[in-house]
Amino acid sequence: MDGLGLSIDLTVAWALLLAFAVYVYVVLDGFDLGIGILYPFFRSKDERDLMMNSVAPVWDGNETWLVLGGGGLFAAFPLAYSIILPALYPPIVAMLLALIFRGVAFEFRWKAASAFSKRGWDVAFIGGSTVAALAQGITLGALLQGIEVSGRSYGGGWWDWLTPFSMLTGVAVVLGYAFMGATWLNMKLTGDIQAKVRRFARVFGIATMVSILLVSAWTPFLEQEYFLRWFSFPAALVPAPVPLLVAFIAWRLWTTIDRDGRDWVPFVLTCALFGLCFVGLGISMWPHVIPPSVTIYDAASPAKSQLFMFVGAIVLVPVILGYTAYAYWVFRGKLQPGEGYH
Amino acid sequence: MDTLFFGLDAVTLARIQFGFTVAFHFIFPAFTIGLASFLAVLNGWYLWSKDEAYLNLFNYWVKIFAITFAMGVVSGIVMSYQFGTNWSVFSDKTGPVLGPLMAYEVLTAFFLEAGFLGIMLFGRNKVGPGLHMTATAMVAVGTAISATWILSVNSWMHTPAGYAINDVGQFVPENWLEVIFNPSFPYRLAHTLTAAYLTTAFIVGGVGAWHLLSGRGHHRGVRKMFSMAMWMAALVAPLQVVIGHEHGLNTYEYQPTKVLAMEGHFESYDNGVPLILFGIPDQEAGEMRYELSIPKIGGPILNKGWNAQMDGLDTVPDAEEPPVAIVFWSFRIMVGLGFAMVGIGLWSLWTRYKGRLYDEVWLHRAALAMGPSGLVAVIAGWITTEVGRQPYTVYGELLTVNSTSPLDASAVGASLIAFIVIYFLVFGAGVGYLIKLMLKTPERAPYEDDIDYGPIRSAGLVPGVQQPAPQGRQSGQPAE
Repeated sequence: MDGLGLSIDLTVAWALLLAFAVYVYVVLDGFDLGIGILYPFFRSKDERDLMMNSVAPVWDGNETWLVLGGGGLFAAFPLAYSIILPALYPPIVAMLLALIFRGVAFEFRWKAASAFSKRGWDVAFIGGSTVAALAQGITLGALLQGIEVSGRSYGGGWWDWLTPFSMLTGVAVVLGYAFMGATWLNMKLTGDIQAKVRRFARVFGIATMVSILLVSAWTPFLEQEYFLRWFSFPAALVPAPVPLLVAFIAWRLWTTIDRDGRDWVPFVLTCALFGLCFVGLGISMWPHVIPPSVTIYDAASPAKSQLFMFVGAIVLVPVILGYTAYAYWVFRGKLQPGEGYH
Repeated sequence: MDTLFFGLDAVTLARIQFGFTVAFHFIFPAFTIGLASFLAVLNGWYLWSKDEAYLNLFNYWVKIFAITFAMGVVSGIVMSYQFGTNWSVFSDKTGPVLGPLMAYEVLTAFFLEAGFLGIMLFGRNKVGPGLHMTATAMVAVGTAISATWILSVNSWMHTPAGYAINDVGQFVPENWLEVIFNPSFPYRLAHTLTAAYLTTAFIVGGVGAWHLLSGRGHHRGVRKMFSMAMWMAALVAPLQVVIGHEHGLNTYEYQPTKVLAMEGHFESYDNGVPLILFGIPDQEAGEMRYELSIPKIGGPILNKGWNAQMDGLDTVPDAEEPPVAIVFWSFRIMVGLGFAMVGIGLWSLWTRYKGRLYDEVWLHRAALAMGPSGLVAVIAGWITTEVGRQPYTVYGELLTVNSTSPLDASAVGASLIAFIVIYFLVFGAGVGYLIKLMLKTPERAPYEDDIDYGPIRSAGLVPGVQQPAPQGRQSGQPAE
């Protein structure tokens, strides 16, 4: 019995740890993918150089959280890993290829000899960032709407992931990342470009809120279990603060985005907004890792596997957060126009 | 799945896709593992000796490192998801054992590399020499830690140990130390890390040789890089022959079929084992055509007597044989290049002794030709070991045909084409940029060129932190 108790606790701990890794990924790569999504609206070379420089020191580390998400899922919930990835084969492959384009654009853009090839890598950066965000959103939607399982493998068809709901979540994530990119740039830039960024922050902020509303309104109707969790009294009292907090943050964002002096506030609020969305998703899905049939307990690897990793993770994750924070600290502050690149 | 895509089934396509993406990926870390250590040495040497030539060399190679590393990162993310997309049954079954090792790779290596890379590339003037050196060393250590974990994973698939099989057919850990330090791991790790260092040495040597051949023999940086690379070749290539031999003996102990395919031994021998140098393997007929061999010495090479008796592939059921021709030829390519590396190393020692290291044109031509030899040898060696353990993914336990995802051939085929087109396009361009950088001389550049290596990862004026030489940077003009 003791062993069973231990394994259940570890499974919950791993679910939380992985959720945390994915959240960190969404926040960190969210703003740097968002910059790629905003790129088309900033056409001059100076603007684009500045925007890219604002994330160039950190994008490598940001993307590593995605590897931790994939690797952690493989290790802690191998059954989920082996069902989700074939089920979402096209969007996952599209995301991986898109990330290749945008990752190399960071380096290649500066090496391109001709204006033509430089523009080519700009397009790769824009396309890669947008497609990666879209594919991540579609993945989220496809997971939330449920995946057909037969035995220990994916039991559905090649196009099951493609539905109006997954399209909506795909677009929602693109808009959300663009919003986060805009609040990041608001924090890192000054002058005319900052004023321009703020206008985009407002537009994408509104679009993000509308998306959140639509996804939130649609989700309870995907599965009865979701509906009961959000709308049956008194159980619904538990998640009730989430939408209220979202509304509060939306209001604070609206009032702080143009305020000078504390430019980090809107960015932090955006991170909190994404955090609340994440909590909302967790409330709907819990305890499933693949709705509607596979729970975290079904998919868990043996206690011996989870424990072995957990011992390391509990020590290493804080260390990683520490030196990641240090790297951000080294490159903190505002980028000056005409400074910070060659 | 029964469907075909241009005559190929889903399993074959998944294997081609994995082989293609991992071979492409492997090229980059094979180079950056050695290059990261080389950069740490250059930086340390510069700090210790204050000799600007080492700083210039650091700044020269760090640009090349940044591009190669970026390509390694993005092609590596693909690998971490491909286990699930194309090999879901394998993932479900091996996840409890292999997943934690990969998770540890992410936690102990990937974050370390990525976290300190920005500081290594662009932080010299922001954090001071000590912390910058630390960051550079962390990146180098990270690459080696990463290789350690992933080679442990790979070795476990060759020589599984420390596991049991549970009631749903998953491999589950019994003893982590036996899993991690499985029988082939120490040999594979030593052989692969050494190969990575040699790969870097020959690329650096080839670049140095090119500049020497272009009449830049007076240039200190060029001379130093060539000299350092030739020392590596002279010292490490012979060592690699010994390590490779030991690795082969270990393989013969645990995967004898693979060694039989490498050596081309279709027949059994009663009285002495020949060493087959060349021949055309005919697997269907079970014989080596046009065989060119030396009698008797194959025995001692495998730690057997001169007149040893040995079972050949004729004693192995056909279904358990790997494709012999691929293994036989890729092994010969790797070994041939290995001995050529030893030859270059010895030749360089001779010319160095004669005082003609920077003047011996034929040595420079040979070193230039051998520039990519490490990459070719690494890929050939990897093909030898991976094709050689077929038909299994987990040797002796899980067949390759039983490891794949339930996907249609058309799905795997379409994604394979996308990977091939995009990899050649993107990484082809990347290799082009690398070669362009390598063709420049490591001059003591004017300041602006010092920071030519890409996006400056700087957040600008930071109170209390020293700014790099300010002139020309505050004026707002793009100094390109």
